Amino acid sequence: MKKLINDPRRVVEEMVEGYVHAHPDYIKQLPENERALVTARDTKEGKVGILIGGGSGHEPGFLGYVGEGMADGVAVGNIFASPSPDPILEVTKTIDKGAGVAYLYGNYAGDVMNFGMAAEMADLEEDIEVGMALASDDVASAPKEEKEKRRGIAGEFFIYKAAGAAADFGYNLEEVIRVANKANAQTRSMGVGISPCYLPQTGEPSFEIGDDEMEIGLGHHGEPGIEKGQLESADSVAERLVGDILNDIEITEGDDVAVLVNGLGSTPRMDLYIIYRKVEQILKDRGIQIYRSYVGDYITSLEMGGCSVTLMKLDEELKQTISHPVDCPMFVQK
Amino acid sequence: MELSSYDLKNFFKTVADMMEEEKDYLCELDRKIGDGDHGVTMSIGWQAVNEILDADLKDEEDCGKISVAVGKTFLSAVGSSVGPLYATGLMKGAKSGKKKNVMNELDLVEYWVAFARGIKERGQAEVGEKTMVDTLEPFANTLEAKYEETQKFFESFEHAVRDAEKGMKSTKDIISKKGRSSRLGDRSIGAQDPGATSAFMILSAFQKFAENRSTQVS
Repeated sequence: MKKLINDPRRVVEEMVEGYVHAHPDYIKQLPENERALVTARDTKEGKVGILIGGGSGHEPGFLGYVGEGMADGVAVGNIFASPSPDPILEVTKTIDKGAGVAYLYGNYAGDVMNFGMAAEMADLEEDIEVGMALASDDVASAPKEEKEKRRGIAGEFFIYKAAGAAADFGYNLEEVIRVANKANAQTRSMGVGISPCYLPQTGEPSFEIGDDEMEIGLGHHGEPGIEKGQLESADSVAERLVGDILNDIEITEGDDVAVLVNGLGSTPRMDLYIIYRKVEQILKDRGIQIYRSYVGDYITSLEMGGCSVTLMKLDEELKQTISHPVDCPMFVQK
Repeated sequence: MELSSYDLKNFFKTVADMMEEEKDYLCELDRKIGDGDHGVTMSIGWQAVNEILDADLKDEEDCGKISVAVGKTFLSAVGSSVGPLYATGLMKGAKSGKKKNVMNELDLVEYWVAFARGIKERGQAEVGEKTMVDTLEPFANTLEAKYEETQKFFESFEHAVRDAEKGMKSTKDIISKKGRSSRLGDRSIGAQDPGATSAFMILSAFQKFAENRSTQVS
């Protein structure tokens, strides 16, 4: 393992400190809890607060998406581990502008328990209304009939985008949650891993893989995937990933989609654009129109190698949310 | 057998030391079926507990308050899935130590049964799903039944820990159904669940701690 760090036990604290100091006009740390970060800008009274969060190691996820048009606050967990209820509750209290707070997070047992406990406390102790929407976009993580068991991966980005825009449009909490759930229902991702990440505290690779191998469906914490095999060309990997997605959700000629080709941490943009090239060809051949595309590192797994492809099938409302401008330190859309 | 608030704090310190020693082994188990950080998570949590035992809890003598503070500290430090689970167990257990400087055998039986059942309730898992419940449920059932039958604490606890061990080992043959490892399906067979393992370590540590404690006294 080779990393530019100091004390492995303090990587999250030191990253947050660096991040907050680098972008003081965007984000600030709450004095009550150093893992609770909120937007530094004024938010409108009566706007639904958008709270995101999860484990660290997925940067720009999740702190990178606090900003105009996306989230108002984030609760930061240890590496690949859900934040505890404390920072979630502190962020909730700060970003509630009288219209309640929407919690958006990936479908993992730890996140479900911690965000659930925080929501109970917000309701009972603070009298703040909380709504929740979970991302479950990873096709590889459970069969179609059990979509509610699937984990959230890169598609979380589209769910934040949709809900963040809905909150800006002035929707109430129920409507923001409806849009977030719709975005999730219309979003599918498939990933491939080609090299592991290393947890700073153990120094061990998150999974074993040969130099000439790839693993389809690998989770973004290094959870084993559905199939390990010989490394193939970018075109055939793209065909496999998009093929699995289109087998899972009906997207046909004339439909509009948003595309995300997401790098897992150490994959060059070159490779990602080569993948995107093929994704576009496949969709074009089927008469599916790309409304907007995103290529880059959006939700990573430390230095893991590989990528995922995400498609979100769009209706008029979701198109509006996708077009909505965003200004975050790690993501700007005009 | 009686356990003072001083003993209870020492027991939690023993657990913190043990988790430091076992963290690599627990990470190794977790790498086979999860993301490989279970040992790190347990270490972070119990080190935070270790610190608060020497600080805020230094002069605390209420066993209930100690257990609640340990649970809250563990939760704040780790989040994750084990945070809410252990915090719930420790807070449920705390009820039988409420306003007590010393816990008797019946208090301790109630403490550990509530601990195990609290975790099960929070995690919504059943036996056979390859989780810490495979260790905790047989433990609680045996402890409760044996103590009711015999009124002998050490004998009952020993039986309960033996059944906990069987439960832990049974996770090798189970296909995972909960948590991150559930996405593995058949490939989780053969791997012992790290959560079931660390839960067993804690129970077994208490058995040893209580036995040593009683030999020292007598």
